[in-house]
Amino acid sequence: MAIGVKVLPRPERQVSYVRAALKGMALTFKHMLQPKVTMQYPEQKSTETYTISPRWRGTHRMLADEQGRSKCVACGLCPQICPANCIKLVPGEDEEGNRYPLIYEIDEFRCIFCGYCQEVCPEEAIHVGVHFENSEYSRDRFVYDLERLTAQVHPVSSLWDPADPKGE
Amino acid sequence: MTPEFKGFLIFSILKMLFVFTVVMIGVALLTLMERKVSAWMQNRHGPNRVGWAGLLQPAADGIKNIVKEETYPSEANKWLFFLAPAMAFIPALLLSAVIPWAAPLPVNWDATLPLIGRVSYHGPLSMAVADLPVGFLFVLAISSLGVYGIALAGWASNNKYSLLGGLRSSAQMISYEVAMGMSLVPVLLLSGNVTFASIIAAQQNGLWFVLPLFLSFFIFLVAGFAETNRLPFDLPEAESELIAGYHTEYSAMKFSMFPISEYANMATVSAMLVTLFFGGWDIPGIAWDQQGGVLQTLATAGFMFLKVFFFLFLFMWIRWTLPRFRYDQLMALGWKVMLPLALGYIVVTTLAIWGIEQVAGITSPKSKMLILFGLNLVLGYLVFFVLDRGLILSGSYRAGGPVKPGAPRAGMAA
Repeated sequence: MAIGVKVLPRPERQVSYVRAALKGMALTFKHMLQPKVTMQYPEQKSTETYTISPRWRGTHRMLADEQGRSKCVACGLCPQICPANCIKLVPGEDEEGNRYPLIYEIDEFRCIFCGYCQEVCPEEAIHVGVHFENSEYSRDRFVYDLERLTAQVHPVSSLWDPADPKGE
Repeated sequence: MTPEFKGFLIFSILKMLFVFTVVMIGVALLTLMERKVSAWMQNRHGPNRVGWAGLLQPAADGIKNIVKEETYPSEANKWLFFLAPAMAFIPALLLSAVIPWAAPLPVNWDATLPLIGRVSYHGPLSMAVADLPVGFLFVLAISSLGVYGIALAGWASNNKYSLLGGLRSSAQMISYEVAMGMSLVPVLLLSGNVTFASIIAAQQNGLWFVLPLFLSFFIFLVAGFAETNRLPFDLPEAESELIAGYHTEYSAMKFSMFPISEYANMATVSAMLVTLFFGGWDIPGIAWDQQGGVLQTLATAGFMFLKVFFFLFLFMWIRWTLPRFRYDQLMALGWKVMLPLALGYIVVTTLAIWGIEQVAGITSPKSKMLILFGLNLVLGYLVFFVLDRGLILSGSYRAGGPVKPGAPRAGMAA
């Protein structure tokens, strides 16, 4: 059997080359005069057409109470649920029997930003944040301790709410 | 050495330095312009971080390219690999030497300089670095040398993609060189001289040659795109099929030489187009620019710049609009369309000029060119009609309407 060569029929005899070329050039010229769509990132962090979602899960943030202490009660739920095993928690207890974290560290390199820690937290202490600019000059700076987590100021993520799936 | 010769030398050196500097800076800015134009055509801003509106981007690129590591492929032919960028670069720059960039400047200069002695220069000073009596024959000769750089770069790299790119470029440049040379014969017929100065003068007395010799202009334009390896003729580079073609293996400044020579070639072809078909430095409609003087020289230089700038923009405009030709289409266009067209056009123009001058007895250059212009309107329409398979006046689409992608069509069954 002879080798069959599939020849795709091209739309010959239908298009005028000259007109098609001129039309294309008119189109590209028109685009030169149109407004630009680029967001000038470092100066401009959001535009009308693009803003970061309030459900964005980024760098963690630990909320504090009125006295400035972290809300965390060291219940141990977040290291338990964390699928990446990136939360290190050593619980402590004061004289009145209140539990608090002696050590609370999140390794942002291991974190997969699933947001389970925020979902599971009974005290609404640990949150994932609407924030993504967390570059550093050395790797060890990516393990955030309690102090650093509390010092973060960016807005916290409003996670997906099953009762309000579209975020209205 | 006579004082006249010393004066000539001094002015030549000054012109050399000036043209070299302007061309090099211009080429650097062209790389920025290319990126800007491409960005604007895609609704982007383009480089705007380095310097005001990105004007220092070429400098940043240059520094980057100079400090980068030079790499040599282990199996490459070292000498040719090293020489090829220079061989692409030198002809491109040489060409800028013969273009008259402005109206000649009348100079009356006598002076005694330290170390040099008495110098003098009298008469009009041509604004081309070298006002060669062979005129644009020099351009045709040197521009075909550019192919060596590219073909040798492809061969010396010892890389199959580079070799294919180099071969393609040599085939392409040789094919279009023929049509390019032939398309310029009618220009000679009409101007009667090969020097740029007399070609410009002929256009000032009559019409810009783009009107009486429109088809020559068209062929030269297409051949110019092919000669500079610009899209839609960038087959030697063809990054989608040949990675980067002939400069795949090059890095750092040696790589940078190829874009530089490409842009220098673009500038030269644009200047050639302007000089041969758009009156060179001529300011249309007025005779003031031919009187000679500093002001006239500056004004005509500005006009020359505007015209060249337009063609440079056209090069970029077309690059970001049209897709690349297939290789067989490129060859068919060069040999089956452009060359016969150029040859036929020589015959037709010769007969027309003979008829106008000898039979009808019209000698005024203006009326001669107007008659040729009328002839060109008819010829141009016919050529585009045939090139476009009879579709130029009908709608863009014919019988059956636009072909829907994916829809079964007649002839598919086999």
